[in-house]
Amino acid sequence: MNLTKSLTKSLTATFAAVCLLASVSAVQAGATLDAIKKNGFIKCGVSDGLPGFSYADEKGNYSGIDVDVCRAVAAAVFGDPKKVKFTPLTAKERLTALQSGEIDVLSRNTTWTSSRDSAQGMNFTGVTYYDGQGFLINKKLGVKSAKELDGATVCVQAGTTTELNLSDYFRAHKMKFTPISYDKSDESAKSLEAGRCDVLTSDQSQLYAQRIKLAKPDEFIVLPEVISKEPLGPVVRHGDDDWFDIVKWTLFVMVDAEELGVNSKNVEEMKKSANPDIKRLLGVEGGKGKDFGLANDWMAVVIAQVGNYGEIFDRNVGKDSPLKIERGLNALWTQGGLQYAPPVR
Amino acid sequence: MTEQAASLPPKPPFWNDPHIRAIVFQAVALIAAIAFGWRIFDNTQDNLSRLGIASGFDFLSSSAGFDIIQTLIPYSAASSYGQVFWVALLNTLLVSALGIIFATLLGFIIGVARLSKNWLIAKLALIYIEIFRNIPLLLQIFFWYFAVLRAMPSPRQSLSLGGTAFLNIRGLYLPAPHFQPGSGWVLAALGIAIILVIMLVRWARQRQMATGQSFPVLRMSLALLLSVPLAVFWLMGSPLHWEYPELRGFNFQGGLVIIPEMASLLLALSIYTAAFIAEIVRAGIQAVSHGQTEASFSLGLNSHLTLRLIILPQALRVIIPPLTNQYLNLTKNSSLAAAIGYPDLVAAFAGTVLNQTGQAIECIAITMAVYLTISLLISLMMNWYNRQVALVER
Repeated sequence: MNLTKSLTKSLTATFAAVCLLASVSAVQAGATLDAIKKNGFIKCGVSDGLPGFSYADEKGNYSGIDVDVCRAVAAAVFGDPKKVKFTPLTAKERLTALQSGEIDVLSRNTTWTSSRDSAQGMNFTGVTYYDGQGFLINKKLGVKSAKELDGATVCVQAGTTTELNLSDYFRAHKMKFTPISYDKSDESAKSLEAGRCDVLTSDQSQLYAQRIKLAKPDEFIVLPEVISKEPLGPVVRHGDDDWFDIVKWTLFVMVDAEELGVNSKNVEEMKKSANPDIKRLLGVEGGKGKDFGLANDWMAVVIAQVGNYGEIFDRNVGKDSPLKIERGLNALWTQGGLQYAPPVR
Repeated sequence: MTEQAASLPPKPPFWNDPHIRAIVFQAVALIAAIAFGWRIFDNTQDNLSRLGIASGFDFLSSSAGFDIIQTLIPYSAASSYGQVFWVALLNTLLVSALGIIFATLLGFIIGVARLSKNWLIAKLALIYIEIFRNIPLLLQIFFWYFAVLRAMPSPRQSLSLGGTAFLNIRGLYLPAPHFQPGSGWVLAALGIAIILVIMLVRWARQRQMATGQSFPVLRMSLALLLSVPLAVFWLMGSPLHWEYPELRGFNFQGGLVIIPEMASLLLALSIYTAAFIAEIVRAGIQAVSHGQTEASFSLGLNSHLTLRLIILPQALRVIIPPLTNQYLNLTKNSSLAAAIGYPDLVAAFAGTVLNQTGQAIECIAITMAVYLTISLLISLMMNWYNRQVALVER
């Protein structure tokens, strides 16, 4: 009897210890925001070097649209856009980094697709940039259209939707090609320059960004064909609706602000505006901020410290940047583009 | 008898019996380990389903949708993720197997050269070893890929090697053999030649045992292996057709291509591992005492026979176990392929497939299991070989 007793006792003890060791707290809704507030910063996954979207200068200061989205979320949560820890990720690493909780939000020119929304356990919070896939090629080859690329060697970033669109496009047009998949976009660019591949394929915005990094940008042209839809936006983990709402609405607020003519320079003035839409947006009326579990005027803080969508676009990729990309699809819906945000109400 | 039994100390209660205690503790440890493993598994399952991440291995049968630069088996974008796995595995095995062969050949040559009486050769071998084993492998891969092979000319300025093979930045283009009907007979002839060689070796050994006369086995075997298949090849009217690469559009089409990703990985792996193997070979040879060589010379054997019959068999006993480690290292190091875009198991399967499906746990588990299996198989083979050459105590 003694044996059974001591056996049971030691077994129970061991089992309890094991359970304690292995118990990983299950995340509930709202847990992400709580953890962020406790840490004092937002963990944001960005690209490993893409001018205009996320790019670190020699001093390690990040800039770009994707970076500004993270800063805006930090401004919303902490009232301070600097409270972000950026993690540069390759295309291959990014989704696992988000799934595993290494980052809180992924803002890394990531394409919104059905499988990422469903099987991969993510939620896209909106579209920061409407993009499409194109080809960058050396002028010397004399190619004028993507349909002339039969037999070409193509550099592409591994683990992207680009890789899939590329195969689809060549299959659809009954052309052959040789793919070389690199982990880093820098390697693709170097290979294009060296002539290891004839053509580099990526989202059009990235092609322009890659081109200014080349030694002789003028020798390369972007072909006219756009072969896919690439809606790029920030992503959060599935299962925490409160956090999802905050990131989603940070984006909407910036688009709404542009539509209402509110920007980082006139935000204080605009608080005196008679327009009820602006009053609600800036937290003067309605108390919509508190519903998110944030300060009542968080939307005004985001606009004051980071700016509205148009400002972010212009300074990073648009007319005030070296990339000089047209607004195009990314103009507001009122100006013939696709950028449209639900009302603050 | 009774007196003796009474003098024994009383039997301890069973909870103090060391034998029973040992069993109990082991049982407890085992149960704890199982419970821990189960807990991890269960927790992962919970988390995955809560986050809405798909799990299981169903994804292996859905279509991949991307292309791969080097495939040893039929593959297209319409093939499944399972097929990607096989393509990637074969690419890993190809580069590892070739790497092991080249590293062994190079390593043995450098190792013997290191002990050469020629001052220059010995020092050159020493410099080789010290340079290549002291630079990180990844850097060496980058060196070959980004520095050396990037200096090759563009396809239109290809270096022509005799008009049949071409070298450019896209790779080495070789003529590809196409076997016509009748090649089977040539293959059969080769099989027959191999059987003949085995019989010849046995006969020569028996004859030497019986009469002491030696027979030039090596030369005769080579002659047999070459002449029999070649004769049949000629008789069948040369049933082999070469497909030559030709410049069409962007690049050479047709033929066989060795891509620079594969070439630089193979070069770096072979040269790096050869430096370690050279040192192992040197140590193995030096482990055989010099007295053996002197004894062999005094028996009238020449230096070639001394190396082959006296030194190497004894040196191999010392060489094989650490050599196995180098083979395992080389195979595992081949996963650095991901850095230069060679589609090996880590790059194509644990990289691209993982990212396209999001099933990190499954992909990584499969990849780990594969490397474990390959390593254990190499270990098993080398252990078997080690037993063959081990000292048999009589």
